[in-house]
Amino acid sequence: MGLKIDLDLCTGCGACVAVCPFCALAQRADGKVEVNEACTACGACLDSCPVGALSLETESKPLAMGALDGYRGLWVFAEQRGGKIHEVSFELLGVGRVLADRLGVELCAVLLGHQAGDCAGPLFEHGADKVYQVDHPALENYTAEPYAEALSALIRKYKPEVVLAGATSLGRGFIPRVAVQVNAGLTADCTELDVEADSRLLIQTRPAFGGNIMACIVCPDHRPQMATVRPKVFKPAEPVAGRTGTRVVENLPLKEPGVKVLETVNAMQNEVNVAGAEFIVTGGRGLGAPENFKLMAELADALGGAAVGASRAAVDAGWISSFHQVGQTGKTVRPKIYIACGVSGQIQHLVGMNSSDTIIAINKDPDAPIFGVADVGIVGDLFQVVPELIKALRG
Amino acid sequence: MAELNYGLSELAVEIRGMVREFAVSRVKPVRAELDETGRFPAEILRELGKMDLMGLYIPAEYGGTFEGDSMPNIIAVEELSRICIGVSVSYAANGLGADPILIGGSEEQKKKYLPPLASGEKWAAYALTEPNAGSDAGSIRTTAVKKGDTYVLNGTKQWITNGGEADIYTVFAVTDKSRGARGVSAFIVEKGTPGFSFGKKENKLGIRASATRELIFEDCEVPAANLIGREGTGFIWAMKTFDVSRPGIAAQSVGLAQGALDEAVAYAKVREQFGKPIIANQGLSWMLADMATQVEAARALTYAVVKTIDSGAKDYSKFSAMCKVFASDVAMRVTTDAVQVFGGYGYMKEYPVEKMMRDAKILQIYEGTNQIQRDIIGMALNKEYAAAARR
Amino acid sequence: MHIVVCAKQVPNTTQVRINPETNTLVREGVESIMNPFDENALEMALQLKERHPGTQVTVLTMGPPQAVDILKEAVGRGADEVMLLCDKAFAGSDTWATSYALSMAIGKLPKPDLVLFGKQAIDGDTAQVGPGVADWLGMPCITCACKIEIAGNRALVERAFEDGYEKLEVALPCALTVLKEANVPRMASLRGKMAAKKLQVAPTTAEMVGADPAKLGLSASPTRVMKIFSPPPKTGGVLWQGEEPAVMAQRLVDLLRERKLI
Repeated sequence: MGLKIDLDLCTGCGACVAVCPFCALAQRADGKVEVNEACTACGACLDSCPVGALSLETESKPLAMGALDGYRGLWVFAEQRGGKIHEVSFELLGVGRVLADRLGVELCAVLLGHQAGDCAGPLFEHGADKVYQVDHPALENYTAEPYAEALSALIRKYKPEVVLAGATSLGRGFIPRVAVQVNAGLTADCTELDVEADSRLLIQTRPAFGGNIMACIVCPDHRPQMATVRPKVFKPAEPVAGRTGTRVVENLPLKEPGVKVLETVNAMQNEVNVAGAEFIVTGGRGLGAPENFKLMAELADALGGAAVGASRAAVDAGWISSFHQVGQTGKTVRPKIYIACGVSGQIQHLVGMNSSDTIIAINKDPDAPIFGVADVGIVGDLFQVVPELIKALRG
Repeated sequence: MAELNYGLSELAVEIRGMVREFAVSRVKPVRAELDETGRFPAEILRELGKMDLMGLYIPAEYGGTFEGDSMPNIIAVEELSRICIGVSVSYAANGLGADPILIGGSEEQKKKYLPPLASGEKWAAYALTEPNAGSDAGSIRTTAVKKGDTYVLNGTKQWITNGGEADIYTVFAVTDKSRGARGVSAFIVEKGTPGFSFGKKENKLGIRASATRELIFEDCEVPAANLIGREGTGFIWAMKTFDVSRPGIAAQSVGLAQGALDEAVAYAKVREQFGKPIIANQGLSWMLADMATQVEAARALTYAVVKTIDSGAKDYSKFSAMCKVFASDVAMRVTTDAVQVFGGYGYMKEYPVEKMMRDAKILQIYEGTNQIQRDIIGMALNKEYAAAARR
Repeated sequence: MHIVVCAKQVPNTTQVRINPETNTLVREGVESIMNPFDENALEMALQLKERHPGTQVTVLTMGPPQAVDILKEAVGRGADEVMLLCDKAFAGSDTWATSYALSMAIGKLPKPDLVLFGKQAIDGDTAQVGPGVADWLGMPCITCACKIEIAGNRALVERAFEDGYEKLEVALPCALTVLKEANVPRMASLRGKMAAKKLQVAPTTAEMVGADPAKLGLSASPTRVMKIFSPPPKTGGVLWQGEEPAVMAQRLVDLLRERKLI
């Protein structure tokens, strides 16, 4: 299957070449269009052709449906470190509940670890009907291989139709291995999820091209349908105290991990982490110099303990460590208040913060793209506005 | 951008692309900091060495890539200068320090000293100027006295570019006071030689990233094998070095002026006053036109002189002086005009043009002031016309 | 030591813009570059080569014929060998099929001690191919690595998490995905560029690496792109300008208090 070009119809206008997000179309010497290896058959070009020369050839796959029917249930990988469940897992239980109800299946959580205490309780309270639990010394510290081995074994045995995990560095580190092992499709870093009730397909939406386009991805012929989901894009499930469910304890023979954890260093000890912060004050290129992050820290303090974020430009300039970076290659945040100071608002930054509840932008340039997403935009010199803001907050 | 056809070799074009990208990605982000703090750009020179760009003027047999075409080196200097001449002078000073060895050195000296310079593992400096011997270079007072198979150096050199940072110094000293300029000899002195130390680092108006220091020689014993050529030939090496190095100053000037023009045009297109970009004002666009024309004229003269030297011409002091004096005067005017285009912002350190204007001044001063250059041109004219009249 | 670096040619997405009128991607004039994170992986390999003489660095890419450009760039910087995996059979591969194809290609190379990847590619941002390849190869994989030291047949690796670092020890061979923080990628040297100019790279086909055609390309890829659209622009904000900073600052604080946000 793939993109088909009817060369008799093609007029060589080139309209499709310009819209292909993957640079997969090019004009030949005679002007007619040809498709190259980069084509993903996404169909973005179909409507661009004024003469209807483009079509998608699809193969019929009659074999699949029966085999796929054996897969039922929606799973959430519950990420825990040191006995603490990562907030993203509750967010996944929140969206997972909605999807599982639509599919009419159980919502289950998978908990891996070693003597990590009772983490299943909070998972039940946040909506899990069932918790699959594996306790094994190889799972004491997270390393990708035993985690992948354990989750793959559970998937093979219980055959869920959907598996969701947080798109954290942990989730994104081992879930791709699981996808290879169980021969499943995996979509990274989703920002929206939906199901088609009749086809039971998971519609996974994710940003691509640095957030410039969104792609909807499905996985028609393989199960489970797997996705990692970006933290902070879904609201966490509301806990119901005392709610409980079925616990399935699984004993698995896991291999000795090839990677040994020697030491864990927390680099954010004395700072508020932007991931998870309720208030964030972000400095961008407009700060001009590393020492001006002090002004950001002061504003953060005036807000009663906000986290200090940074744009990629500020991090790349070496003004602040990358742990503070917000955006496509940094962290995705969803604070109550996001104040961007001297941040121009490149799309790569916007995708990391545009779901914040209230966005305030301060920038000299009235045309800065950041104002496009701001609830309140202040056109002005941040070195004048921010000190006044600090004064007003403290006053 | 449209450009004149200077018949550049494939290598020269390649070097231009490489150094342009390097300057923008590595030098531009730090130039304001280098200017502010006066920090020597050691990491930049080291990286240029790794990229095989420190040996563009050194023949392949000594580890460089020079094959008779000086344009790659000239263009490397020009492109670095477009972003920061504090960096480009630190780069080019290596060539200046090495030139006396290239011109007058023995095979052994070349084999020993040039390969580490070509690889960028070591850096060089040229030490002629003294407190009382600037334009009048023949009046230097540093002495070298033969003692067995060594020479003992005593005296002080001043304003030596790469002083303290370089590993290899070509030092000019008097071996026979009675013979004046013909009693000057050139020596290779390595850093770390006992009796060789460094004085204060100068606090300068411009080119602040470059290290400019005093060299102090106190009974410093240098092996006799480090004498370049014979005794008394030093002044010849010094002047021949200038003849080939002055186009380098012209290249710095062209690059700096081009950099200022780049900034001025870009700013004039985005700065709006009275509801339109300031470039839409004829008065301002004519100013930019004059700046651009001067830059191109300076470039054309500089490249022509370099090609003339490469062609094996014997008598080119006049042309060398011409391109230096013309291009550096252009750099001073164009950078000053660039500040004017920026108006009040141009006077502020947030924008790079004030630094460019401060940097430009040195180009009219070092490697022979522009007055000395005009002397050279004037004397050459006098001589040439006298010879023509006799015929 | 033999290090394989997997790199991808990508459009420079920082140059991609959306046409506000048609709300479509403006891709004209966007250059193709080596994925920036892959540059960090290559730099890590080249630094290891400097520290451990005798190390061979092979750069592998899968893509159209013009992807040879990034292999030339890699040679310019100091890579010893390159491989261009190029075949119509790979067209439309998702991360599952891509990681299979790359793993088969690596299987044809001298046995690697390290396989390095960039953390993710800036066009797809999936970060799935590195761990996927490692799994096909049966190697451990450490994602988000920012530092490495090799001692004998073991590697000490630092990897970053959202809030800190972990120091890990792993036996070779292993795979790493490399962060931007790991290093500053070098630029190509003059001699490297000259060598790259002469470089002839014959494409390596699916058949040459012994890949199973049933596991290649679009038809073997579990995921399908159903549709592509531009994110809707967010609107509805207010813009204050031309007033005294103190006035605007006070109004903002009043507004936040009124909305009970602070």
